[in-house]
Amino acid sequence: MARITAGVASSHVPLLGVAVDQGKTGDDYFGPIFKGYEWTKAWEKAQKPDVVILVYNDHASAFDMKVIPTFAIGCGERYKSADEGWGPRPVPDVEGHADLAWHIAQCLILDEFDMTIINEMDVDHGLTVPLSMMFGTPDAWPCKVVPLAVNVVTYPPPSGNRCWALGEAIARAVASFPEDLNVQIWGTGGMSHQLQGPRAGLLNREWDNKFLDLLVGDTDAARHIPHIEYLRETGSEGIEMVMWLIMRGALGKATKCLHRHYHIPCSNTAIGHIVLEPVE
Amino acid sequence: MNQDIHEYLAAFDDIPGTRVFTAKRARQGYHLNQFAMSLMKAENRERWKADERKYLEDWPMTSEQKEAILARDYNRCLDLGGNVYFLAKVFSTDGLSFAEAVSTMTDMTFPEYRDMMNKGGRAPEGNRSIKGGY
Repeated sequence: MARITAGVASSHVPLLGVAVDQGKTGDDYFGPIFKGYEWTKAWEKAQKPDVVILVYNDHASAFDMKVIPTFAIGCGERYKSADEGWGPRPVPDVEGHADLAWHIAQCLILDEFDMTIINEMDVDHGLTVPLSMMFGTPDAWPCKVVPLAVNVVTYPPPSGNRCWALGEAIARAVASFPEDLNVQIWGTGGMSHQLQGPRAGLLNREWDNKFLDLLVGDTDAARHIPHIEYLRETGSEGIEMVMWLIMRGALGKATKCLHRHYHIPCSNTAIGHIVLEPVE
Repeated sequence: MNQDIHEYLAAFDDIPGTRVFTAKRARQGYHLNQFAMSLMKAENRERWKADERKYLEDWPMTSEQKEAILARDYNRCLDLGGNVYFLAKVFSTDGLSFAEAVSTMTDMTFPEYRDMMNKGGRAPEGNRSIKGGY
């Protein structure tokens, strides 16, 4: 049977993709950020996941204002890197796992999560930057990916509690897939950042680290953090962290922290990264 | 976890220097954001660069929205329903980095803003609540 073996969370700042694509990951500015991902790169090489369920948000790339799905799952065979206004990132195509994705979509709908199903779309930095951070610059990505896009742009986004519960439902769905697959779930975005208005540039090291603490062990306190707290404490774009709760929810009752990294700043954003293992 | 939508939305107005992208703003800014989205295509970027004012004629935006875009007044764009991820298509086309474009919405120059970020960013103290002042 398929099983979720680990959860990974990471910021997905577009500038990180630029650093990778332009070979700047070792310079004075980016070096300390990328150093915190070296452990994970080596660990991923040993783990060899078959599939990553990659929770991210689209940044006005595949979706515009015409259609705004709250939770959407990519059930296609392949996804190309999106042109976000300066040409597509020069990264490999992302290979989907249509069998697993459709299985999860069906299970989730029966489990009362009314998913939007996507067969064709391009994927933007929200999805490709985490792949670059965890896998570097291979000729082909070493695993298949099930994209799971969450609306965190138009209010209201889903509640933290709903995200956590979706993660729990994803874990049940994966566990009922008959093929023997090593599946990881990644939550991306965050941490504190605000990209708009006179308050732009807000960062909150203390709050971010408290949030990281709440992902470890058997507490589920993070699922009850209201939107207004993310907005006040972590900036208008810090709300992306609800996507980390889908990852955390999928890991079950308790987790163990394998690796953790925090760095300020990358462009406008606080970089956070954590690797978790479910504890049975 | 049932929440009253009126209370939920009212709380957003208490956050200093921030325009939360609510349904109201999404409706007001629909064509502004869809215009910005059109710059995802290389051929549209060329037409836009050749004559910005003429390009905007094809979009049913208000004259205030058009002037705000032409002036690259991003705070005004936010007030008129713009969302930063859509507006990013405009400043990317201008060749501005995210940080530089974002700095234009603050009271700082880009070097000052960059310096603030490198020193740990804007502190949350005093920036969480207008009414509460914390």
